[in-house]
Amino acid sequence: MFAFILSRILQAIPVMLVVALISFAMFAYVGDPVSIMLGQDFTEAQRTQLIKDLGLDQSFLMQFSTFIGNAAQGEFGLSYRLSRPVAQLIGERAPATLELAICAASIALVVGVAMGVYTGLYRNSWLSRAFLTFSLVGVSLPPFLIGILLILIFSVWLGWLPSFGRGEVVQFGWWSTGFLTWSGLKALILPAITLGLFQLTLIMRLVRSEMLEVLRTDYIKFARARGLGNRAINFGHALKNTLVPVITIAGLQLGGIIAFAIVTETVFQWPGMGLLFIQSVGAADIPVMAAYLMLIALVFVGINLVVDLLYFLVDPRLRVGRGAAGGH
Amino acid sequence: MRVKARAVLRTAAALALLALGAGAVQAKSVRWAASGDPNTMDPHSQNVGTVTMVLQQVYDPLLKRNQDLSLAPGLATEWRQEEPTRWRFTLRQGVKFHEGEALTAEDVAFSVQRALQPTSNFGIYVDTVDHAVAVDERTVDIILKRPDPILSNKLASIFIVSKSWSEKHNATRPQNTRAREEMHTTRNTNGTGAYRLASREPDVRTVLARNEAWWGWGVEGNAGNVTEIVYRPIASDATRIAALLSGEVDFVMDPPLQDLNRLRAAPGVKVIEGPEVRSIFLAMDVNRDELLYGDVKGKNPFKDLRVRQALYQAIDVQAIHRTTMRGQSVVTGTLFPEQVNGYVKAEDVRLPFDAARAKALLEQAGYPQGFSVTLDCPNNRYINDEQICQNIAAMWSRVGVRTAVKSQPLAPFFAQIQKDDTSVYLLGWGVPTLDALYSFQSLLAFRNGDQGDGIWNYGRYSNPRMDALVQRMKTDTGEARQAAITEALKLYREDVPHIPLHHQMIPWAMRSNVQIPHMANNQPYFRWAVVN
Repeated sequence: MFAFILSRILQAIPVMLVVALISFAMFAYVGDPVSIMLGQDFTEAQRTQLIKDLGLDQSFLMQFSTFIGNAAQGEFGLSYRLSRPVAQLIGERAPATLELAICAASIALVVGVAMGVYTGLYRNSWLSRAFLTFSLVGVSLPPFLIGILLILIFSVWLGWLPSFGRGEVVQFGWWSTGFLTWSGLKALILPAITLGLFQLTLIMRLVRSEMLEVLRTDYIKFARARGLGNRAINFGHALKNTLVPVITIAGLQLGGIIAFAIVTETVFQWPGMGLLFIQSVGAADIPVMAAYLMLIALVFVGINLVVDLLYFLVDPRLRVGRGAAGGH
Repeated sequence: MRVKARAVLRTAAALALLALGAGAVQAKSVRWAASGDPNTMDPHSQNVGTVTMVLQQVYDPLLKRNQDLSLAPGLATEWRQEEPTRWRFTLRQGVKFHEGEALTAEDVAFSVQRALQPTSNFGIYVDTVDHAVAVDERTVDIILKRPDPILSNKLASIFIVSKSWSEKHNATRPQNTRAREEMHTTRNTNGTGAYRLASREPDVRTVLARNEAWWGWGVEGNAGNVTEIVYRPIASDATRIAALLSGEVDFVMDPPLQDLNRLRAAPGVKVIEGPEVRSIFLAMDVNRDELLYGDVKGKNPFKDLRVRQALYQAIDVQAIHRTTMRGQSVVTGTLFPEQVNGYVKAEDVRLPFDAARAKALLEQAGYPQGFSVTLDCPNNRYINDEQICQNIAAMWSRVGVRTAVKSQPLAPFFAQIQKDDTSVYLLGWGVPTLDALYSFQSLLAFRNGDQGDGIWNYGRYSNPRMDALVQRMKTDTGEARQAAITEALKLYREDVPHIPLHHQMIPWAMRSNVQIPHMANNQPYFRWAVVN
């Protein structure tokens, strides 16, 4: 187990380096931070000085190795756009994104699994058909459109929920939470649904097809023959065996939710990391973009590791296999 | 009995007065939104509209602007030119900074010096200043390197900050990118203005609270009743408009044009429009011997005046005005709008739209088959910038100049054109000093390393006559100076270094209960805002 984790961590290092290299190479195309920082009025001397100050006159490899060297020490420098330390900026924005992602993932998982089980068990009921039709909407409509539709209905027409922002937040040390205020909770609903809808429909369809598959297998038939109750069969045996692919997908999608919160955060002006990233792209704010991309890579690597570990818990065969291999 | 009734009446009247008094100090909050957030609160670091729109509520300059953008006394009550290179300013008495320090001449001299630092983006406003000295508590002398006829106009853009506060917080220079740490002034202010910064969360919320002790309340038409301003950036156009329609926001500075009709029709929302001091034009590479992005080999068609005139006359600017701009533009034939000092009505005349004449001119110039060229264009900087370029490409292609539009977001667009890496590009130019020199100097003077000269002249237009006129605008005064400007405007029409299109109109959208005067510098002044 420990060796497994260690090998995964060692594998992560080249992944991170490659991400850093690719993102750094892309920055050559996002534009020139200098022209944005200088504004409308400047002299050639000021321009040259600024390029030198930012180290942009150095070669690509020099800039890259300086960045990696600093990043390894947790030093990401000062944002060009906001003149504030990058680590601090991301730290301030992370709670917003994480709370949104957790809510979206919870909605997707709970509602998705429930709907999946229902549609798997009662294949021909009208409600199942309605769920399946609805899931097509979730899969086919892009999140920004869903977000704008929700805003139109619930903010502009009905006036129930806010169209943007996070509401009032409560500060716990460096963590700001919107869970503890009424306006914070209300502000969370629309973005969480927007962000989670795709995952919800994905999980629902996955659980449904897995359930259909499992319910046809011999051991379910034997279980029924033994006279076990429906509840025990459906949830104790069938559902449990559908969970391996669901955990993989849900786990990987959690990374996706955090990473692709960019669109939802932009639509709802949600002050998280994704919005920070978009604003940084607009200003060619390289330190923030680089740090954000590194962080997202780290999140994916971490989630993959956790998902692998969860397999051990859910699937006993893996435990046996590993254990036996380790014994030799 | 009678006495008692009178007493009751008196009490009632007193109560009513009390209630009225309470009404006057009742919280009047304005929730204001636009797409971008100010990226600093430092008064001399970033010279961009999103920063100024917040800071000018908080800081006062020596001279302020009236609603028609003319100059009015600010922190200085009197100013005069004592010698050609020495101006004397007398300060207002009894002014206090938000943190309680009294305003002194030292603060003013310090602020001017701070704007002169190399890390300041406000250098252009003090480019003629050598130094500033405090003569006594209430008098400041500004010593110039050379006479400057528009110094007072420029100083209206320099905010006055407390010297002792800046020194205490180690912020005697504007934000420096070399620094490793955040400066105090990035998120804190200490001005003398009508509002003080109550809280600031970058990219989320900026709250300004009314400074009841402001020297200007109740005088000079400053009759606003807003007690609190909550600024929140909302980047997505659709969300910003939804927030206005649903009543979560009271005032939107930059509503998208395609939503204006819907907003006008919506209950509880109004749109006010006015001109902006920003002119949109096309500039051509008139320097290279061969275009970078074109199929003409061995020569540069834009060096030929007839080609420039042909492209000018091929543009049906009225069609752009009607369709793309939906009537929200002021068509022009000159470099800047009438609010700018130096404007001459007689020079604001376009070459007429005439496609046949354009074709004939191209033929005379030796391009009967036309040629191809790439038009560089931003797609998120000016109102409808990309569509304007597409319209022009179609109009040029009709007379034989096959035009490809390369549109990009502003960051890569400006990075590209600032390397002179373009053949023809669209640019919009605002004039913060409201003086002709600013436009001629930046856009049409030859780039010679002097502060401001030709820094935005990416077609590298060069005409010694124009350069001489720009030098005269820098030093001449009175009628001689206006003569130089008029001559330069004439030359601009004759030489066609640019193809002018229009001045932008800026719509502001707000809830019906908000009244705020529309300003041609696209800045809201909440000291004039009234909320019912």
